[in-house]
Amino acid sequence: MNIIDRRLNPKGKSLPNRQRLLRRVKAQVREAVAQSIAGRRISEVDADKAVPVPVHGIGEPSFRKGADGNREFVLPGNQKFIKGDRIPKPPSGGGGGHEAADSGSGEDDFTFSLSRKEFLDIFFDDLELPDMVKRRLKESTATVPARAGYTVSGAPQALDVLRTMRNGLARRLALRRPRQEDLAELETSLAEAEAAGDIVAAAMLAQKIEAFRRRLRLIPWIDPVDVRYRRFEQRPVPIAQAVMFCLMDVSGSMNEHMKDLAKRFFMLLYLFLDRRYKAVDIVFIRHTHEAQEVDEDTFFHSRETGGTVVSSALQVAIDVIDERYPVDAWNIYIAQASDGDNLTSDRGRVIDAMTRKLLQACQYFAYLEVDDPPADVWEGRSTTSELWRTYQELQRPGTPLALRRATAAGQIFGVFHELFSRDAVS
Amino acid sequence: MPFLYQGPEWNFDKLKRVHDAIEKIALGEMGLETYPIQIEVITAEQMLDAYASIGLPILYRHWSFGKRFARDEVLYRKGYQGLAYEIVINSDPCICYVMEENSMTMQALVLAHAAYGHNHFFKNNHLFRQWTDAAGILDYLAFARDFVANCEDRYGIDAVERVLDAGHALQTQGVNRYTRRQKRSLAEELAREKERRHYAETTWNPLWTTVPGLDMESELGGTAQLAVDEERARAIELPEENLLYFLEKNSPVLHGWEREILRIVRVLSQYFYPQRQTKVMNEGCATFVHYKIMTRLHEKSLIDDGAFLEFLHSHTSVVQQPDFTDKRYGGINPYALGFAVMRDIERVCVEPTEEDIKWFPDFAGNGDPMGTLKEMWADYRDESFLLQFLGPKVIRDFRMLRLRDASGEPYFEVTAIHDEQGYRDVRGALAEEFESARLDPEIQVVEVDLLGDRRLTLEHRVHEGQRLDRSSAGKTLQHIRALWGYPVRLCEVDAATGESFPSGEIDLP
Repeated sequence: MNIIDRRLNPKGKSLPNRQRLLRRVKAQVREAVAQSIAGRRISEVDADKAVPVPVHGIGEPSFRKGADGNREFVLPGNQKFIKGDRIPKPPSGGGGGHEAADSGSGEDDFTFSLSRKEFLDIFFDDLELPDMVKRRLKESTATVPARAGYTVSGAPQALDVLRTMRNGLARRLALRRPRQEDLAELETSLAEAEAAGDIVAAAMLAQKIEAFRRRLRLIPWIDPVDVRYRRFEQRPVPIAQAVMFCLMDVSGSMNEHMKDLAKRFFMLLYLFLDRRYKAVDIVFIRHTHEAQEVDEDTFFHSRETGGTVVSSALQVAIDVIDERYPVDAWNIYIAQASDGDNLTSDRGRVIDAMTRKLLQACQYFAYLEVDDPPADVWEGRSTTSELWRTYQELQRPGTPLALRRATAAGQIFGVFHELFSRDAVS
Repeated sequence: MPFLYQGPEWNFDKLKRVHDAIEKIALGEMGLETYPIQIEVITAEQMLDAYASIGLPILYRHWSFGKRFARDEVLYRKGYQGLAYEIVINSDPCICYVMEENSMTMQALVLAHAAYGHNHFFKNNHLFRQWTDAAGILDYLAFARDFVANCEDRYGIDAVERVLDAGHALQTQGVNRYTRRQKRSLAEELAREKERRHYAETTWNPLWTTVPGLDMESELGGTAQLAVDEERARAIELPEENLLYFLEKNSPVLHGWEREILRIVRVLSQYFYPQRQTKVMNEGCATFVHYKIMTRLHEKSLIDDGAFLEFLHSHTSVVQQPDFTDKRYGGINPYALGFAVMRDIERVCVEPTEEDIKWFPDFAGNGDPMGTLKEMWADYRDESFLLQFLGPKVIRDFRMLRLRDASGEPYFEVTAIHDEQGYRDVRGALAEEFESARLDPEIQVVEVDLLGDRRLTLEHRVHEGQRLDRSSAGKTLQHIRALWGYPVRLCEVDAATGESFPSGEIDLP
């Protein structure tokens, strides 16, 4: 007979089978991921949240008998029937209950969950990120061990002497372990009593000493239950903090498709920042002809009507920076999504806000112009949008300003190209 | 004598001690005969892995195993389904997986159940002896995994997946029921594979790839073609019920590696065929053995009362048979039925009643229960076992009744119950329920039109009006169409009258 411990064998033996399953149900997985993106907050894009994928239509056919036909079968637990009795069939489906279940197609439909990594893989696939970038985004952050309380087991070098001794002391007091001093005192009195020839007192003292010694033996100075070890926890390395401004035009011309593109654009920036900074704040600013700071739900889901004045949003961003995010304490990233409409008369104010404050304050300003497919609309387009022209004017070497147009998720990455490549150099 | 262990914790020392004590009882007192045992301790996750690969330690890759894993994992996580305490593999040495979460009593139970009960059955039952090669299976599985992986590298995952999908669909029609399988060692298997590939490589001529259709025979044309086809037609023996075998050998369009993959699916299907036919006996045997061994351990004061009670608790839940009116009812529990019949045999051997002597004159009162059981474990399968040994007492204890489900009638009719007139009827019906040949539809290749359009005709012989599940059959037939490469037709014929069902015909041109 042989006993083999297989518990330490490499895990994930059926991972290749899972990958093949994912290939098989690719369309359904993508749909689930798209739904999940719509339902996630931006800061949750990276969360370790399972994505349920309802699977159907991957049955494994075989030649098997259907429910019809005559059959005989035996059941256990007869209570009242005798030969010749008739039992009405259950209303749904023929055959015995258990046989109907065998041939039913129900077992082919089930739901399984995508892991965080699988979710990100598909998220990135849509965005057509270069592999290098994918890898860096998936990396978990560096961690350092940090003290986190005490534990009863651990390595010898993590032994906490103070805590251990304190526990020992408490236990000795609680169990009334005699102190060495008391014992010494008794022994001197015994010696004195013997010297004085008081036999009765000496006998009593001797008995008492014996009891003391016994107690000393039974109650140890340090017991395994006293021992405490310092416990460490892996904490992410604090690098710095960053704030991310999401600016979006919410006037009527922005449709659902555009908003979806915008959301993915914001999520990607968030992922990037989340990797680099310990804490990332997000500020949502939406605008029509006037701008306001809102929460995430309102940002993506509520509709507003009105004209389009971009400078109003930039002004709100400036105000928020002045008020809450001092430039010397925060890394500021601004992401703006818009369909490019702006009042011509607003141009001067936009340029002013950008040059005077924002471009100096922020690490990176990414502007994504979103539009409906077809994708070739940009190639054939002669006129550019008002906002695009304005920003293009500001673009000089060294300015942290990136512009990009996108009609599909795959085109978003370009706007961050510089950001990610700069990151690779540093 | 001190107890072998106390308390729920287990470790490798205790495992060894308990195993040795069990071995003494199993081999010494009960006279079981087993393969050498290899115990492997695994985690819950690894158990799920093993579930996904139909209990085998090594298996080729396929999405359906991923599907099984995903589903089992969800069921397990949400608590709808517990995990088995063990998995045992019919191999030499007999591999027995035990879970690390089991308590020491459970480990003892598992050892008695799997490592001795199942192991004895695997080694001695005639079906396993005849159809499976315990010494070679692990090597064959490794060969199969590597071969499929190689094919994926060479021809792409999609191409391999198509063949495996088709093979899996025909699994139940991929066993030989009657002839004896020729035994081939792994070395021969590898050599054959290599030889086949070598032949393909030496005879490969790039000229042929320029010919549209890539069909050598059609190039020969005319009379030569006819002669070849006639010869082939003669070589094909019809009817053939092993569809996988038929396609592997005779399909005009498959490549060598595709045939080899079909062969792998077929070999595995054949390997599991005895297990499908001996569910009740196999589990009954293992349950009977663990019950005997654990009781003996307790009698010999090797385990304490607490451990014995824990054992009884799991044992009774294993052999529980809910009534058919019970919500928990999910068919006849093979553990319960097998165990009850074997306990009954034991009783009949030792203290038979009048009734028993009438029913079992061969062994009633022979005083040798172990001998009788061992003989039975070796020579029977579920159907014949129930037909021979299911006695009136067990039928009464289970309060069995036989129902007739006639199509079109709004009711089930009770045709027999557990009384004097009913015993034999109930017994016959129950035995038939465990006859796998009756559960699977009877489908045969009946005609191959090699001289015409190469249409393949399959026939389903319908018994008692039990027709095929049509949508599933249609999809399966598409797989056959892909493997065969030419038109395929399936028709249904009543086995009793020979009349065909016009609505049962599926034609794939």
